[in-house]
Amino acid sequence: MTGAELVFVPLGAVALGSSVLVVTTDQLVRAALWLVVALGALAGCFLLLAAELVAWVQVLIYVGAVVVLLLFGIMLTRAPIGRSVDLDSGNRVAALVVALGTAGTLVTVVVGGFRTASIDLGDGSAGSAGTVGAGLFRYWVLPFELLSVLLLAALVGAIVLSRRDIGPRARDGGED
Amino acid sequence: MTPSYYLLLSAVLFSLGAVGVLVRRNAVVVFMCVELMLNAVNLSLVTFARINGSLDGQVMAFFVMVVAAAEVVVGLAIIMSIFRTRRSASVDDSNLLKY
Repeated sequence: MTGAELVFVPLGAVALGSSVLVVTTDQLVRAALWLVVALGALAGCFLLLAAELVAWVQVLIYVGAVVVLLLFGIMLTRAPIGRSVDLDSGNRVAALVVALGTAGTLVTVVVGGFRTASIDLGDGSAGSAGTVGAGLFRYWVLPFELLSVLLLAALVGAIVLSRRDIGPRARDGGED
Repeated sequence: MTPSYYLLLSAVLFSLGAVGVLVRRNAVVVFMCVELMLNAVNLSLVTFARINGSLDGQVMAFFVMVVAAAEVVVGLAIIMSIFRTRRSASVDDSNLLKY
């Protein structure tokens, strides 16, 4: 085993185990906290792939912002803090079929397709902020600018949806 | 190191997220599972970028993260709006497309 594999195996095990717990735990807040662990382990995998900027952006956006937002969502919808019994719906069989189908297809197609490929990490500078930034602003400027418009639209949309006095109910004349 | 391990982990995480989306009842937890699936795809993208020795996969993973952040913001606003009218965050209760 090489050094990268020695680091990858525990990281992957942590990511896998905490993802299983996100899906199976019967306490909502713990699901969010296990998601933090899973996303952190995935950030470690990104670091192992020498994708430095992606790893830190993952920590900033996902662990920092998205999970906090999800926790806010849990609190604002007055979810029970302790154990809840009716968290799973009845379509376990369908879920199992879909899971086996997806896993089988992905493993045979993607993993099988890249069986002979190898990773050359080089000197590790390919994922640094400077390199990614140069590539981003040289070849991906238009998508980047479109994304900024998308973020603005999402921001305005979220405000309109969540404010009662300007939301759809108020315009409809309905009372909530 | 061969990329198969990363791709295998990504495939398994994606399937786990799919199970969560189908099985879980609380809308916020469904969101968490969607995030899990997006992250699995990000891992694949970064691995592909590394295999090809190009930067494009990493930039795409970056874009996926930004779109996911926007999606969570709008999704939580919708969940809050549904919660306000139906007093429930369960995806089984929101069975009407109009309020």
